[in-house]
Amino acid sequence: MSSFREALLTVVLMAVAGLAGAQGAGKYPGVGRDATPREVAAWDIDVRPDFKGLPAGSGSVARGQEVWEGKCAQCHGVFGESNEVFSPLIGGTSADDVKTGRVARLMDPTAGRTTLMKVASLSTVWDYINRAMPWTAPKSLTTDEVYAVTAFLLNLGGVVPENFTLSDKNMAEVQGRMPNRNGMQTKHAMWPGNEFGGVNKADTANVACMKNCATEPTVASLLPDFARNAHGNLLEQNRTVGPQRGADTSKPEGKTAGASGATAAMAVAQAAPAAKSAAGPDASGADNKAAIALTARHSCTACHGMGNRIVGPAFSEIAKKNAGKADYLAGKIKSGGSGVWGAIPMPPQTLNEVDAKAIAAWLASGAGK
Amino acid sequence: MKHQDINSGRVQKAPENFLSKDGIKTVFAESQRGRRDFIRSAFAAATAGAAVPAVFAQGNPVPAEGGDANILTLPDHARGLGQGVATAGYGTPSKFEANIQRRQSPGLTQTTQASVSFAPLQSLFGIVTPSGLHFERHHQGWWDIDPSRHRFMVNGMVKSPKVFTMDEIMRLPSVSRFHFIECGANTAAEWGNVAVPTVQYTHGMISCSEFTGVPLITLLELAGADLKNGKFVLAEGGDGSSMTRTIPMRLILSGEVIVAYGQNGEMLRPENGYPLRLVVPGVQGVSWVKYLRRVEVGDQPYATKDEAIHYMDLQPDGTHRQYTNLQECKSVVTTPSGGQVLLDKGFYNITGLAWSGKGKIKKVDVSVDGGRNWRSARLETPVLSKALSRFNIDWVWDGRPAIIQSRATDDTGFVQPTYKQLRAVRGTRSIYHNNAIQSWLVQENGEIKNVQLS
Repeated sequence: MSSFREALLTVVLMAVAGLAGAQGAGKYPGVGRDATPREVAAWDIDVRPDFKGLPAGSGSVARGQEVWEGKCAQCHGVFGESNEVFSPLIGGTSADDVKTGRVARLMDPTAGRTTLMKVASLSTVWDYINRAMPWTAPKSLTTDEVYAVTAFLLNLGGVVPENFTLSDKNMAEVQGRMPNRNGMQTKHAMWPGNEFGGVNKADTANVACMKNCATEPTVASLLPDFARNAHGNLLEQNRTVGPQRGADTSKPEGKTAGASGATAAMAVAQAAPAAKSAAGPDASGADNKAAIALTARHSCTACHGMGNRIVGPAFSEIAKKNAGKADYLAGKIKSGGSGVWGAIPMPPQTLNEVDAKAIAAWLASGAGK
Repeated sequence: MKHQDINSGRVQKAPENFLSKDGIKTVFAESQRGRRDFIRSAFAAATAGAAVPAVFAQGNPVPAEGGDANILTLPDHARGLGQGVATAGYGTPSKFEANIQRRQSPGLTQTTQASVSFAPLQSLFGIVTPSGLHFERHHQGWWDIDPSRHRFMVNGMVKSPKVFTMDEIMRLPSVSRFHFIECGANTAAEWGNVAVPTVQYTHGMISCSEFTGVPLITLLELAGADLKNGKFVLAEGGDGSSMTRTIPMRLILSGEVIVAYGQNGEMLRPENGYPLRLVVPGVQGVSWVKYLRRVEVGDQPYATKDEAIHYMDLQPDGTHRQYTNLQECKSVVTTPSGGQVLLDKGFYNITGLAWSGKGKIKKVDVSVDGGRNWRSARLETPVLSKALSRFNIDWVWDGRPAIIQSRATDDTGFVQPTYKQLRAVRGTRSIYHNNAIQSWLVQENGEIKNVQLS
């Protein structure tokens, strides 16, 4: 290689190296830049189980109680016991657990689980209070307040005494008193990789048997009757067309096919075309049944219940508010609207003038009342 | 016992939580008393009975007047002028589809900001979840973040920490891939007993989208990440909870983990992390950090709140399995399913979804007799790795009770377990990662119930 070519190559290599050293370098020039130390400090707030990332500071149990009662107790309860808004933080641990590092109550199948019963790593508690609490004003606590609130919780759980001050100097020591510090295991095949000593074999091993596989099935669990409508009317949570309908759970279950709400809904839908001719302008207010059929035909009933709100207000509510205002209502049906009954807008409806007026007249005259 | 005092039959508190003690007792008691015997005997009697020749009524009979009014009388839309283009700049579903909504499970949570809404699986087709029906899980409420002000940072064990604007991330070479996202707590309510009525509430914390973004490995390499000693990556959100999770390096190195901004052809929806979220294929949804602001490369796991307090699986011996990430092979029949009513006897298409966090679905078997006999369903294309797969199978309902189940096998050979098998290993208090075979009881009246078999 000539010295000229060597020199040229050196220049080229230096240029490449220089570019690589520059911001947003290498393969994708112009993309990304170095973060400044201030930027990294502002965002890199995580604290690891070995306490890497933990800032210096301290807070006493007494100070923690003050902060707690001002900023935390409304959601978590005065003693961290509340189950009203969030699951309880404190409770269910014993002095013995602090010694063994295993929470005995986790063996009790009927026991609820508090945060302190579950968590093994003290860093987790500190980190989450620091990054996400209080719920409505996250990251508003000072570092010392985070130490103080953590100390207060640990005291409630019997991990540290009442006169304790928690700091970056003694966090590792307190970690050795966490009630469930020995309660974790990673012997499972649900982490992709070998970082936790990698078990690769799944813990269940079903086989795809195809014929005469099981004994006669018996139903061991189903929803009790009283919970039938606990999730709302399932008729209104299914599509109104297709091979099946939602069950009308607002009514007791039918004993035979045909008694179900779905079939009733079908009947209404099929009756509608016939009802149309009867529900002309002349029939306004008179033919309650026909008007109801019209609301079903035009799917008004998808959003409006007779006496209950679905997406929009109940027909009875509209009727009460707009007695005698048939023209106004007909206009609203055709052009849509929002803001009268809430934020969810009603889109303009594409039904014909005659039906719109019939429904409006029915509403204006009391919706069958 | 007074029924109005009891809230059983629906789950209490947060998804990480549990049925109340009283609730569990009540459901057990109810199911062990008359109800269980009633259903068992009804089912046994029906299946033991002599084969009755089924008579199938015509679902759409000719009306007495000699023709269907919907045919004989031309409708308005056949005789008038329709609406113009761009009437809606961003179209919405037909008004007749208003029932198809994502919904909260009553009583599950006390707030809407730390809560979940379930996707209406019973009404969806194919494998893509419409973005507006994608299930939601927020830990501290959702935001609509100005993308021009959003920043993404890479730091930790890197040569030089980097920051990127959205403009820069969207300049990089992108990939587009279909993946499912399933909450680790999907089907959590059902560990001990039946607790909710429909597939929306049993399995609705799953959705599937085409995601577009940049492989995370590209961004780590740009920062000069130490991929030899850096065995773990922390992902952190930019919202109030600044949610954090430890992300498996194996999936990052494989190029599967994506820093995504696109979803189903448009930008992410705000409820799904607009403008930037992590996509961690095969791993439970909590790792798909929304409003992603930072990743950090480190040499130890992070034991974040959602892997050291929640999203841990309690085992019968009182220990918690920590860092359970993968969603194992699972499937469910979406129609016919719980809370629905069959309109009549005759032909039905049984359809459902199957997925595996470890790869592709190899086959799905369907039983209509509670697991005694199985037939292999048709898998519709595409069948993609770590995405939902759609299956279909023919069925003629003869009007007698039937118990419909589906059982998926993935390309590792793993077969979806029964409740019995799952509980034998993990008990009933695990909360997370319930991938048991689901049973739907079709009753003689056509109404379908969520049931569990013994």
